[in-house]
Amino acid sequence: MCGIVGLFLKDKSLEPKLGQMLTDMLITMTDRGPDSAGIAIYGDVDKGLAKITVQSADPTRDFADLDGDLHEALGQPVTILIKSSHAVIELPEGQVEAARTALARLRPNVKVMSVGDSLEIYKEVGLPKDVAARFDVAKMGGSHGIGHTRMATESAVTTLGAHPFSTGPDQCLVHNGSLSNHNGLRRELIRLGTTFETQNDTEVAAAYVSQKLKEGHNLGEALESGLDDLDGFYTFVVGTKDGFGVVRDPIACKPAVMAETDQYVAFGSEYRALVNLPGIETARVWEPEPATVYFWNH
Amino acid sequence: MQTFDLAQRGLRELNQTLHALQGTTNQTVWEIVNTKGSHAIAAGVDAPLDITVRGTTGYYCAGMNKQATIRITGSAGPGVAENIMSGAVIVEGDASQYAGATGRGGLLVIKGNASSRCGISMKGIDIVVHGNIGHMSAFMGQSGNLVVLGDAGDALGDSLYEARLFVRGKVKSLGADCIEKEMRPEHLEALEDLLRRGEADAKAKPEQFRRYGSARKLYNFNIDNASAY
Repeated sequence: MCGIVGLFLKDKSLEPKLGQMLTDMLITMTDRGPDSAGIAIYGDVDKGLAKITVQSADPTRDFADLDGDLHEALGQPVTILIKSSHAVIELPEGQVEAARTALARLRPNVKVMSVGDSLEIYKEVGLPKDVAARFDVAKMGGSHGIGHTRMATESAVTTLGAHPFSTGPDQCLVHNGSLSNHNGLRRELIRLGTTFETQNDTEVAAAYVSQKLKEGHNLGEALESGLDDLDGFYTFVVGTKDGFGVVRDPIACKPAVMAETDQYVAFGSEYRALVNLPGIETARVWEPEPATVYFWNH
Repeated sequence: MQTFDLAQRGLRELNQTLHALQGTTNQTVWEIVNTKGSHAIAAGVDAPLDITVRGTTGYYCAGMNKQATIRITGSAGPGVAENIMSGAVIVEGDASQYAGATGRGGLLVIKGNASSRCGISMKGIDIVVHGNIGHMSAFMGQSGNLVVLGDAGDALGDSLYEARLFVRGKVKSLGADCIEKEMRPEHLEALEDLLRRGEADAKAKPEQFRRYGSARKLYNFNIDNASAY
């Protein structure tokens, strides 16, 4: 079992409240996944700048003077915002690859959670309410976001095993279920050039979608081809810079409820997660059909 | 009428209160408010109560019901009326997956659509769905009736035993060993009664339905298939 929540805002006036709404939804899903929790949030885009969200098990050591060291390595200004075990590095566009190479050398224990123009990912082991408080998610604004509460079945309960997974710029994926062909698919994706951080099945699904996007498919097409290539149980919720997608396997035993109003599209593993959203009483509420791709774009 | 505010008093107190009403009571009419998708609302009731659940429910609402009539004004989460023994459960909205699963008796009415696996392993329950039903419905259904005024999804009645299935709309596909069967006068008569008890629109007539049931080919081992094992 796991819990998924997602919110894709259509009404810009709700954007400052995105973190607050997602936090409430995430905490409601605690009993579906008390092991770990994570949140992906698509926030402001600063023109000409990119973001790298990193994580460390020893943030005091690893984040100390990281901005100075990166500045020196890149010869470019770098700002860093530390939030508990995570830090968001903001740097000029085009410096991302150089920064990743420098990071691997300067701080080998630091893990990259996400890379992109707007995406930030925060995830840790622990109860959803503690994880959300640790990163002050409730104070974050944004256009869309996805949260996950994990009850692990497939791999270890670790920070890196928590969802969301990000395997491409501004891309993320969360999963309720388990895949049965992830080892074969992982080998195939490694052959195509993907590097994996974990033994987790969901990371393979995320990398599969990233590979399809890299090949030029849109999110809908990527999820559509996943229906043929991914074997197992899954409800996936996927985010891109301006998109939000949902797909369930053909058996569809992993629960999913969606709600749509003029202001937002919302996803919950259970209706409970949606009950405090504005206007939910009159929203269109439905269960996504099995083997059917849903996606929205800004 | 007794009103129970779930947000104030909690689920455990609700179900303990309802369970305590076995035998003689004059508190027979109940209303439950502030449901907010909670799980197991009014599960395990065993008294002739008339309960209205205001709002939308989570998993297993009205599970194992005996005697009571439970009306849900919103939609129901997974496993509504699971293993119902008797009484009636009426859902004004939609129902999520495995509605009425393993039900042994009583009546389940869903006025909207039902999701996948509706009536899975049904064992005597009568289910009337005003809308459509999802895939794998009535899987391994043993007895009882499933009436669908709309359409049915893939693999209807897979591995069916003796449950009777009546569908007015289209059936996307039939499951293994499920076939269409002749609608005889006794079926039309039974269907008329089910439609009436299921609060169906007066425009729904038994003649508009088709009947599906077991071909009974899976009942016994077929020696020709021995090589497959």
